[in-house]
Amino acid sequence: MSSQMETRSAGDVAVSKPAARRGRGSDKARAEARLGWYLAGPAFVILVAVTGYPILQALYESLFSYRLTAPGDREFIGLKNYGVILSDSLWWGALGNTALITVVTVAVELVIGFALAMVMHKVLGWLRPIVRTAILIPYAIITVVSAYAWQYAFGLTTGFMNSLLGLGDFDWFANKWSALFVICLSEIWKTTPFISLLLLAGLAQVPADMTEAAKVDGATAWERLWKVTLPNMKASIMVALLFRALDAFRIFDNVYIMTNGAAGTETVSSLAYNQTISRLEIGLGSAVSVLLFVCVLLICFIAIKVFKVDLARARGEG
Amino acid sequence: MVTSKVTSKVTSKDDGVEGGPVAGRWRTRLGILSAATVLASGLTACGGSSTASGTPTLNWYINPDNGGQQKIAAQCSAASNGAYDIKVSILPSDAAAQREQLMRRLAGNDSSIDLMSLDPVFVPETSEAGFLAKVPADLQQQWSNGVVDGAVQGASWKGELVTAPFWANTQLLWYRKSVAQAAGLDMTKPVTWEQVIAAAKAEGTAIGVQGQRAESMTVWVNAMIASAGGKIIENPDAKGPDIRLGIDSEAGKAAAKVMQDITAAGVGGPGIDNRDEAATANLFQQGGADFMVNWPFVYAQGKSAAEEGTMDKAIFDDYGWTTYPEMTAGQEAKPPLGGIDIGVSAFSEHRDQAFQAVSCIISEKNQAAYMVSDGNPAALESVYDDPTVQQAYPMYDTIRKSLQAAAPRPQTAYYNEVSQGIADRWQPVSSVTQDTPAASQKYITEVLRGEKLL
Repeated sequence: MSSQMETRSAGDVAVSKPAARRGRGSDKARAEARLGWYLAGPAFVILVAVTGYPILQALYESLFSYRLTAPGDREFIGLKNYGVILSDSLWWGALGNTALITVVTVAVELVIGFALAMVMHKVLGWLRPIVRTAILIPYAIITVVSAYAWQYAFGLTTGFMNSLLGLGDFDWFANKWSALFVICLSEIWKTTPFISLLLLAGLAQVPADMTEAAKVDGATAWERLWKVTLPNMKASIMVALLFRALDAFRIFDNVYIMTNGAAGTETVSSLAYNQTISRLEIGLGSAVSVLLFVCVLLICFIAIKVFKVDLARARGEG
Repeated sequence: MVTSKVTSKVTSKDDGVEGGPVAGRWRTRLGILSAATVLASGLTACGGSSTASGTPTLNWYINPDNGGQQKIAAQCSAASNGAYDIKVSILPSDAAAQREQLMRRLAGNDSSIDLMSLDPVFVPETSEAGFLAKVPADLQQQWSNGVVDGAVQGASWKGELVTAPFWANTQLLWYRKSVAQAAGLDMTKPVTWEQVIAAAKAEGTAIGVQGQRAESMTVWVNAMIASAGGKIIENPDAKGPDIRLGIDSEAGKAAAKVMQDITAAGVGGPGIDNRDEAATANLFQQGGADFMVNWPFVYAQGKSAAEEGTMDKAIFDDYGWTTYPEMTAGQEAKPPLGGIDIGVSAFSEHRDQAFQAVSCIISEKNQAAYMVSDGNPAALESVYDDPTVQQAYPMYDTIRKSLQAAAPRPQTAYYNEVSQGIADRWQPVSSVTQDTPAASQKYITEVLRGEKLL
């Protein structure tokens, strides 16, 4: 309250002394900019150090044939690593799997997440905190733990799913499609709460009087959802989609725990892990990581430029 | 709201309130200083390797076991009279994951590793990269005295002993005596894969083999190729691109034939494509398979299950064992060879003490006690004459024979590529055909030349 008053009084002064305003204003702008740097600077420097530096290093290493256990044999080979990767069917298979997992999980999560957001939004009274907590629990569980839980549930010796579904000795993780199905299921269970949280924030932004007015005008619940609620939370939906798509595209834990890439379930991240960590081929692995980074950038670019996702508006700043 | 608050603060600074920015600078410096102190103390904690009394602490990175290595560490520390104190750190259970952790640390010249329990297949790579301290000539002699041949080979690289053989593992053919008898198999003589497959089919049971896409697949394929008189690598000392493979051979095709026969007879058992050694042992214990190839730990596991009452004692009494199945009748099988060797890190700050500690760890007494407590067969041949060992492991003589006949897996600095390539192309077992040896050879060669991803 007091700060609002201060702002107003500063404005009054500015109106009465236009000449002084220009000088003071630019001073103020400079001071504000400086303070902005003071506040954001350390975070910016840390971000560059922990994110920018490894990215640049990966770019540099990707131009070499370099094995960690044979540093003496390091050799500059230009873009050859990229040539090897892009001409390998394993890469395209992994990219296909990753894209499939991303599309399937994000689409399903959006629908379920929206339903859960509505439940969290509508439920009132003492039930509200309980419902919200219950919905958020899967998101609080570490991905590796949830991956093991799902693997044990579907596993041949440990699982109960086969007896529940009457499938006998069916090995879910020996077949590509059934393995991908369980991987997607685990992913959806784990991250739907994240999407529903983002959508809940969007729902809260839809003005209640608009829905009220539509109701008075005789719109059905379905019409209110499609014509009033959804258009008004488009920004939130797009941001939720973008965040989850970026996250899903980097899927690693579930695949690593459940199949470790067997039965043709390799994803781009597990491919990068295999080259860099298992084979210790830093050059080739860095090139895979760079390509993964390019894919993620591409998703961002498409979302922001083509689908016009406005990150600021979704945070309620617009 | 936030912006206006900030503005008011800036205004007050501009108004000449002294002390604000200066105090701010000091606060920043103080912050950086305290952060640096915290960081430095953390680093010291990581690198600290001496106790207050001056006794150096030796960090021993071990593979998980039943606590036997931990016990040996405590005994050797006590017996050293303050010369060293061994602290144990546990690595992941999977051999490939153990290698990943150790290699990354060693590549960073981590001086906090003094001793490490290494799977023999990773000895060449570790040695070739310069991560192992050179073993003095007298110790090379001492450590290989009386050790089974295969274990000495596994602990050596380029003709020199680079690690100490601690225990030497080998796989046996395990079976239910009643089932083998019903099938009319004479288990007093070595049997062939063909006989075991026919017996399993006739009795409507399965053979517990490791069909997972993992290192255990290479163990199996290598044993079959070696037993058929072949070799996976012709020139193991070569650099990656120059390695010549011998998978595409008559021996390779014979190995593929065994897998095809298992699929055709339907004796792979449930979940073959995701089965490792532990899962195979459980399957055998639960009656899902009445034959299996596996390491001797299954005996200790079965024994404790029978004692705890989780398995019927009659089933345990029905456990039978013999040497690994032959590929051709009359041609002695070359069973898988495993085990653990102890290496001293090239970056250790206490190498002399580390060498002393290794000599203590691998002593005959410790190997015998370790075999009894953890079920891992000793590398020293004399241990098999120990009455406690003979009592705990009635199959001690079969193990000794098997160790003498065993063939190590390909010893190369590129083992990981070869192993992953085999696991990738020979799995699932049901997909193996007579073209698999040629296809896997082509694939691994391309990977080693840097032309393919793995």
